[in-house]
Amino acid sequence: MPANPTTLEALQARFGELPTTEFREQTRVVITADQVPEVMGWLKSERGFDLLVDVSCVDYLNFRDATDRYGMVYQLANTLTAERLTLRVYLNDPNPTVPSVVPLWQGANWLEREVYDMFGIHFTDHPNLRRILMPEEFTAFPLRKDYPLQGRGERHNFPVLERSDA
Amino acid sequence: MAVEQLPDNVMVSKLDELASWCRKNSLWPMPFATACCGIELMATGAARHDIARFGAEAFRFSPRQCDLMIVAGRVVMKMLPVLQRIWSQMNEPKWCISMGACASTGGVFDTYCVVQGIDRFIPVDMYVPGCPPRPEQLIQAIIDLQDKIQREGTLNGSEFDTAQRQQPKRALVELPVYGQTPYFNPTSPLVKKL
Amino acid sequence: MATAIESENTQKQDYLWTLNFGPQHPATHTTLRIVLKLDGERVVDAVPDIGYLHSGFEKIGEKLDYNQYVTVTDRMNYISPMANNVAWHGAVEKLLGIELTKRCQYIRVIISELARISDHLLSCGAMGLDVGAFTFFLYGFYQRERIYNIFETLCGARFTNSYTRVGGVAQDMTPQVIEEIRAFLKTFPQTIDEMEGLLNRNRIFVDRTKGVGVLTREEATNFSASGPIARASGVTRDLRKDEPYLAYKDFDFQVCCATAGDCFARYYVRMAEMRESLKIIAQALENLPTGPVNVGVDERTILPTKQQVYNSIEGTITHFELVMLNRGFTVPHEESYLGTEAPNGELGFYLVGDGSNVAYRARCRPPSFIHFSIFPHLIRGHTLSDIVAVLGSLNIIAAELDR
Repeated sequence: MPANPTTLEALQARFGELPTTEFREQTRVVITADQVPEVMGWLKSERGFDLLVDVSCVDYLNFRDATDRYGMVYQLANTLTAERLTLRVYLNDPNPTVPSVVPLWQGANWLEREVYDMFGIHFTDHPNLRRILMPEEFTAFPLRKDYPLQGRGERHNFPVLERSDA
Repeated sequence: MAVEQLPDNVMVSKLDELASWCRKNSLWPMPFATACCGIELMATGAARHDIARFGAEAFRFSPRQCDLMIVAGRVVMKMLPVLQRIWSQMNEPKWCISMGACASTGGVFDTYCVVQGIDRFIPVDMYVPGCPPRPEQLIQAIIDLQDKIQREGTLNGSEFDTAQRQQPKRALVELPVYGQTPYFNPTSPLVKKL
Repeated sequence: MATAIESENTQKQDYLWTLNFGPQHPATHTTLRIVLKLDGERVVDAVPDIGYLHSGFEKIGEKLDYNQYVTVTDRMNYISPMANNVAWHGAVEKLLGIELTKRCQYIRVIISELARISDHLLSCGAMGLDVGAFTFFLYGFYQRERIYNIFETLCGARFTNSYTRVGGVAQDMTPQVIEEIRAFLKTFPQTIDEMEGLLNRNRIFVDRTKGVGVLTREEATNFSASGPIARASGVTRDLRKDEPYLAYKDFDFQVCCATAGDCFARYYVRMAEMRESLKIIAQALENLPTGPVNVGVDERTILPTKQQVYNSIEGTITHFELVMLNRGFTVPHEESYLGTEAPNGELGFYLVGDGSNVAYRARCRPPSFIHFSIFPHLIRGHTLSDIVAVLGSLNIIAAELDR
């Protein structure tokens, strides 16, 4: 469901002109990294977007007509009116950082850890930012476009157990 | 002195064969179920295709009490040390069935984190192809393993010490990936030297 | 392997005992690891450690094209693979802007609901098995074998059947399949009654699950829970009713909710949802529309039938466009998301298209991942034996958790 026009008007009235697009009934609003806690907090408390559906990221390194390298995607939903809204935050190398939304929604805890693990984006004020899916010793960020699909040899770097050892 | 005729209730056999017969008919599996093949493993143990008919009644989850490890599902590089530790905790004689395409060769997942075949790191006795293999295929693998145990089994497990068993398998050689390695470069270490 | 995981908010006290609920043992549904801090039998803190089945699904999504990737989505929530297929292709068709035929929508609804029944049977069965009810598990498994028979007659594979394609399905539903589903619908309600009779008023089961792992309504939305777990806590959100996709608008069914939010409520909601699914399947079978199941050849997305290829120029062109290597379907240079009501929760795919028939980014929104992050909150203060009840009620599938 596209976002209610009243929500978009209220958003514009409060925060000024934000680039908004719509595609296949989804409304996407672009905000900057430092606006994240304010806008999200306002959306949660004033407009009733109490469900954080997803936090993810896209690496635009090989994308045609891309302006920034990383695009964060925050998907919010309103459980009472079934309204959805997508918020985009664009970040760049080096050191992509964005404030964490864990104080607002506890569900963002693991979702942000996964974005950190896969893309290397730092979330300030995150209670526990460490790797979640890859082993702790892993150094690269796998879902970036410059990391090859087969990896760089980490997957077979283990000792071999023969029949005589066991 | 004439050899007396043996009565009907006496059988003559080798001690090795007797031991192998006992071991093969009571293989207690240790299900190392990681992914979708784990569901087919459970289905094999369920009522319709019953693995208990073959002596594999007790699915003990403790490696100290099992002799057959069935690795069902993909093994990821984070899980591989766990697999190796459990394998070394099992007591001899022990056998390993690699169930499914992912455990045998990595399957669909030729990615940065999936081990391309557990036989690179664990000695495997039986491979079951399929994604996932039907329960009947797994039962066929257990029957074949039983035949293998009967054929090669010894009382004290000395079948595992032969030089032929200790040789690294050909699959352990890293194969060149099409399009990514200089396949026809004669100086490449990946091209096998004849 | 021996990494010291400092739990987030426990004081260092000597009498607390650290126990590793390791990645390999029977009560976790495949590979999860929880590091527990115990005070005798009470759990003071639980720190989950996941990633033991991370296979790089999202990276594979950037390599395989839209019809090849459906084989990989099967392997995500592998106890209801049809639901993942429907979700993936629903997202792809939303990005491409394709409108499915009515028959295809009904078929997808039928297989989604069969997948829902299959998933709930296994999740309740596994919960029962962990708590000690082995017969309950076997009853559930026998019915799942019947559903596997239906899927095998439909598309050849018991599960991990990559049945959907962009713009339709791989094979149409034959009358034989419809007969099998009807036979299943006739005898299945009796099985649910038997299963519920085993556990609903069973003193042991009720004592083990009532009041254990309580999740309140505000917490459920704060933790982004969805599906039966959120509905058991009082959140009345069901994507089949709130944002109808496929043909769910045409069916009359109810959304099952509970208010208690404990393990028993989650089990009860799942059993009730199975009955509602039966209703939906019965209605869909009665009203199954005739007509083509795949979209027409003008859309240039799905392989046409051989009659169309040989007898019409449109069919030939479409076949050529799809099969030749440097062509394929055209995808807008845009991003979209579709959330579907999978048996486990809201399963959605966020797709970024870049013009070619390989996705630029295929992000899966995994319900199990989000639900497992609720686990430490639910288990604090309970005993060691409640861990299996709570884990079973959350229905964590490791392949969806780690992708």
